[in-house]
Amino acid sequence: MTHEHQHAHGHDHAHDHDHVPHHHSLKHGILPWMKGWMSTTNHKDIGTLYLLLSLAMLFYGGTMALLIRMQLFEPGGMLVEKVFGHAFDPNTYNVFVTVHGLIMVFGVIMPAFVGLANWMLPMMIGAPDMALPRLNNWSFWILPFAFSLLTISLFVSGGGPNFGWTLYAPLSSTYGPPSTDYLIVAIHLMGISSVLGAINIIATIINLRAPGMHWMKLPMFVWTWFITAFLLIGAMPVFAGVVTMILFDRHFGTTFFNAAGGGDPIMYQHLFWFFGHPEVYIMILPAFGIVSEIIPTFARKKLFGYEFMVGAVAAIAFLSYIVWGHHMFTAGMAVGTQLYFMYVTMLIAVPTGIKVFNWVGTMWGGSMTFETPMLFAIAFVILFSIGGFSGLMLGITPADYQYQDTYFVVAHFHYVLVAGALMSLFAATYYWLPKWCGRYYNEKLGKLHFWLTVIGVNVTFFPMHFLGLAGMPRRITDYALQYTTFNEVCTIGAFIFGFSQLIFLYNVISTMRGKGERATAHVWEGSHGLEWTLSSPPPYHSFNTPPVVK
Amino acid sequence: MSKPNLHRKVIVIGGAVAAVMFAFCFAIVPFYSLICRATGISTSVPDTLSVPSYVKEGDPAAENREVLVQFTATNHMGMPWEFYPKTKMIRVTVGKNAKVYFYAKNTTDKKMTVQAIPSMTPADGISHFHKIECFCFKQQTLDAHVERDMPLIFNIDKDLPKEVRVITLAYTLFDVTPNSPRK
Repeated sequence: MTHEHQHAHGHDHAHDHDHVPHHHSLKHGILPWMKGWMSTTNHKDIGTLYLLLSLAMLFYGGTMALLIRMQLFEPGGMLVEKVFGHAFDPNTYNVFVTVHGLIMVFGVIMPAFVGLANWMLPMMIGAPDMALPRLNNWSFWILPFAFSLLTISLFVSGGGPNFGWTLYAPLSSTYGPPSTDYLIVAIHLMGISSVLGAINIIATIINLRAPGMHWMKLPMFVWTWFITAFLLIGAMPVFAGVVTMILFDRHFGTTFFNAAGGGDPIMYQHLFWFFGHPEVYIMILPAFGIVSEIIPTFARKKLFGYEFMVGAVAAIAFLSYIVWGHHMFTAGMAVGTQLYFMYVTMLIAVPTGIKVFNWVGTMWGGSMTFETPMLFAIAFVILFSIGGFSGLMLGITPADYQYQDTYFVVAHFHYVLVAGALMSLFAATYYWLPKWCGRYYNEKLGKLHFWLTVIGVNVTFFPMHFLGLAGMPRRITDYALQYTTFNEVCTIGAFIFGFSQLIFLYNVISTMRGKGERATAHVWEGSHGLEWTLSSPPPYHSFNTPPVVK
Repeated sequence: MSKPNLHRKVIVIGGAVAAVMFAFCFAIVPFYSLICRATGISTSVPDTLSVPSYVKEGDPAAENREVLVQFTATNHMGMPWEFYPKTKMIRVTVGKNAKVYFYAKNTTDKKMTVQAIPSMTPADGISHFHKIECFCFKQQTLDAHVERDMPLIFNIDKDLPKEVRVITLAYTLFDVTPNSPRK
């Protein structure tokens, strides 16, 4: 983006590493710019598009989160009433909760990880591009249509989707508003995009590794994405299938989930969580990969127990397919089945414990420095562990009868998804931004963003544990008086957290626009791997001749 | 193999797996009821006519034991019919047939079709409870303001675990009238 475009002619294009494509600047007019971005097959361009979409969606879903927290600031939605004239009615509130969840899962976390995979995988394994570049272009450009459909569904008469991101039948089948059909098609599009992206990633990693890049030499981020891609191919079609069954129940007279016709709404829950549990690992395994890249860099040591880290990720991925029942202990299940699901759920703590142990082991005795990516990575390890422990509490069947459908669950999954996945995304952005843009971001603002975020996240979500233990149910617009103080604390934390993301936005955009110190190829003193052998920013086409890995 | 061929292999295998997983959702439907029946996870009574299993010789006390069977009836959300068991509970000797009636009245001004869906506790009793005739076997249609006593004939076989002394059978009535507006 900062390159001069004066020597494009008279060069052999095949070897012209400094060639900057037309669509990277508006100098050549708006039409070539649009055409260029829409038809690009370059993995770096597509990675950028994914990441920018995800950033935009973060503010979309975040706005809804803040509206939810405003409503819950005081009983009766008093704050919303003061600001907007009237409190949100329960249906509007339910729409916010549903769309917030869907946007954050499918619009923020997943596209951001796919964006990172697009940018980094080819550079990390020494490939010139992704294996299937045209498919790559499709998998991205499907997404804006999916999220437009989801947004349109908010304005359809009858109101937006209001049954939670889980789309439980019969709320989404018999009682779903007309907008449900828009959502179902949007989910189909997201599913196609994810599966195409996953196939592409697998093909890239299997076929395009540079000579000498053996399996057990792959960077951890590549390994975690390789395994995540298998989870995506196995799980996303199940989600697409189950929402298709909802569509059939709604319009074609089938009764898959309707007891009156011999169906069973519980079967929806089984199928949904058969997708849903691998899905939560789709959202956390790449985060493990990111943290496993960052901690060695700033601890200036090799990753401790690499082979065990790979094994642990594979074990977690396998276990994720056989534990879905712990999401539905109270839905009606035989005692033996409950015990089975409880024990296998507990088993996940073993590989996860190996990972946390090895991250700490990597830091142990290292010469650590605390740049912004490292701060986020350390916060990830600590806060994700808290989320993991509350997950273990929820996995204990008898205890789950008490905790289920309370704010304890809300606290748990926000610790793993916000303090876990989202924090790892911030870490990754700060870590690789100088590589992508050729400029360092503003370290002072980065640190400010980190501290406001980590304080905001904990002030928002930690009190929710206590609210849940005290019995406050989730998915409600109003609550009993005794929960007021803690809800006020949560809302204040949410606003600190939400608005501090504007610092992140400013920092990213100003770095992209070429502010900041020029970055070296190596970027970080302790960085290690093929991507750091390329200049910063890397040439538009990198590794046209594969590097040799020793 | 060349690179494009290697890529094609990944696309074909990956695409096939995705297609299989999509189809898996639909394939699970019959499989799900099979699992539920085989393992007794489901609390729904099997609605097929099952023949009592071969009765073993045992001590007479066990052969003549009585089991208390309770009946409840619920209308599904928004269902306007009157629907209740005429016999709230009955003592049944194992191995002997018993007959009870459920009362149903269409309180509306139009013809309606309903389906009753059974559920049973405890789950241990499900495979030993045999319906010989049940109004839940098929859909019931009643004209406006018509009432009917609907029969249920059943027996409990002698293999019923001896710790099961009470069985509760619950029916939920669903409106399945064709072309009825969604509720």
